[in-house]
Amino acid sequence: MEDIIFIDGNEAVGWGALAAGCDAFYGYPVTPQNNIGEWFAREFPKRGKVFAQTSSEVASINWLLGGATVGGRVITSTSGPGWPLMQETISHIVNCEVPCVIVLVQRGGPGQGTTRHGQMDYASATLGGGNGGYKNIVLAPYSAQEVHDLVQIAFHLADKYRNPVVVLSDGIIGTTMEPVELRSLEFEELPEKDWALRGRGKQKGKKRNLLSCGQGLMPTPRNPSYLALLNTLNDKFNKMEREEVLSESHNLDDAELVVVSYGYSARVSIEAMWLARAEDLKVGMIRPITVWPFPYDVIRSEYKKGKKFLVVEDSLGQMLVDVRMACDYETEIGLISCLDRHEEREGGVIFPEKVLQKIKMMLA
Amino acid sequence: MNQKKELVAGTPSLKVKLPLPLSFCQGCHHGSAVRVIWESLEELGIEDNTIFIGGVTCGSINAFITDVDALAPVAHGRAPDTASGMRRLVDEDTIIITYQGDGDAIAIGTESLVQAAGRSERITVFMVNNANYGTTGGQMAPTTIVGQKTTTTPLGRGKNQEGFPLSAAEIVAGIKGTAYSARGSLTSPANYTKTKKYVKKALQKQIDKVGFSFVEILSACPPNWGMPPTECLKWIDTELAKEFPLGEFKDVDSPG
Ligand code: SF4
Repeated sequence: MEDIIFIDGNEAVGWGALAAGCDAFYGYPVTPQNNIGEWFAREFPKRGKVFAQTSSEVASINWLLGGATVGGRVITSTSGPGWPLMQETISHIVNCEVPCVIVLVQRGGPGQGTTRHGQMDYASATLGGGNGGYKNIVLAPYSAQEVHDLVQIAFHLADKYRNPVVVLSDGIIGTTMEPVELRSLEFEELPEKDWALRGRGKQKGKKRNLLSCGQGLMPTPRNPSYLALLNTLNDKFNKMEREEVLSESHNLDDAELVVVSYGYSARVSIEAMWLARAEDLKVGMIRPITVWPFPYDVIRSEYKKGKKFLVVEDSLGQMLVDVRMACDYETEIGLISCLDRHEEREGGVIFPEKVLQKIKMMLA
Repeated sequence: MNQKKELVAGTPSLKVKLPLPLSFCQGCHHGSAVRVIWESLEELGIEDNTIFIGGVTCGSINAFITDVDALAPVAHGRAPDTASGMRRLVDEDTIIITYQGDGDAIAIGTESLVQAAGRSERITVFMVNNANYGTTGGQMAPTTIVGQKTTTTPLGRGKNQEGFPLSAAEIVAGIKGTAYSARGSLTSPANYTKTKKYVKKALQKQIDKVGFSFVEILSACPPNWGMPPTECLKWIDTELAKEFPLGEFKDVDSPG
């Protein structure tokens, strides 16, 4: 049995990164994820690893690019208005084809919005807000334990695809304390990072390495033309889409209504599902763990069986778009959104009872 | 007319061939500026340990034709951040240099440059200053001098409208973390020699682990200035160097 410790979902980022052999954290304070950076500042240097507080989120993500190009396992985290500031360079990192992990602890928006929880960056995380069109795997934990585990998976997938991976947490997952088992996950072996920059004297055959965030502007050994680059990226995105979909299903066999929810609102929804079951209502649930690639097929096969859907998310309806697409815009899809929070202030949340009410309405 | 031209200098060995012709305009200084850097790397014997980062500038192409480990182009203005992220994870003996334009380094990249200097980040920033945005077709830069015509200051930069140019070498010199800051030009053999001395000194500060070092290089952009190359040289000497004086602005053995 490994250690079990009582920590919040933000600190779980640190422990997960440690288990993944992360080399450096570069980040900037923004609420509600500040104790992620504080954890790394406290725990990393004494283990011979690197922590640096940067001068902005724009800086953080560019430090991350630097750390990734020299072959480091690097991570940053942010919230709310820090996230859009990173988008430009995320696009550059995808072009450069280097791996890194970005943790986004969602808060309420738009703009400065609130410093509390929310789930309002789903669309910009899954579609990508940077220029030019790209894809990142986006993992959405629903507990501190899952934060810990998914951060390790994120590092592995980032290295596997030489691409950024996003961990999409939220203010409630981030600040809720839970028991977490510290465990190191096992992964298939990865190829050596023979593309990394370290000075040509340290390269095989003393031949220089060249990396570019503008592959397409100039020929590089990996992508001698712009079309070659687009093919490389396209193959990679397609492979992620085929092979990396993760989701969890509950009670689908006899379900007449399927709740689709991720992150903290999935915790609420699971509770609502069991409350409904206690009243003999035939409710199931699908929880996407990767929100990109999205589990379209899992949802589609349920919709084809004639089931209704209820999306629960703490935004005005962002994942809703994906569920509608999975259901070919055909079936009845309800929404419980941030408008259904239990109180008007920023601390309001969606309660299971509210979800149950909606389930009853939809099944009546 | 048929005189045999004497070769002043050969091709530096750090230059590699691209499968495309180089895109510099005639009379552009980016080729010479990088040549000074290449020669310095070789003379200091650090080409095997160097990582070259190209910022956003016509000269970013130099990273592609440099036979050292290189990354280019990075996000606008952010090369010092990218370099800092590398610095914490590479071996001590690794030398990290950025090659940036003035629009890159002291407009969009001001935060990145100033903060890196403030942290006394052990990197060297080379900023090529041609007083306009060459890459995008000759718009006003923070280094455009008062009265200078560009495509976005068709009547000339006005101090009441667009304000005054920013002097990067002096700004950086004023920051505690800076170990070395200088400005050179490439308008004469004497200026070449001086600039090379600055470049080598800046690199030496990094080799000796002193701190952040910076060299600004005044440079010609004939098509965007609307002048033939020879006149560009004169304009640098008379106008540009008046606004941006040549010389060393900081040279310390321990910053602070
Ligand atoms: S536009 Fe100016 S800076 Fe760019 S290549 Fe031409 S001369 Fe050089």
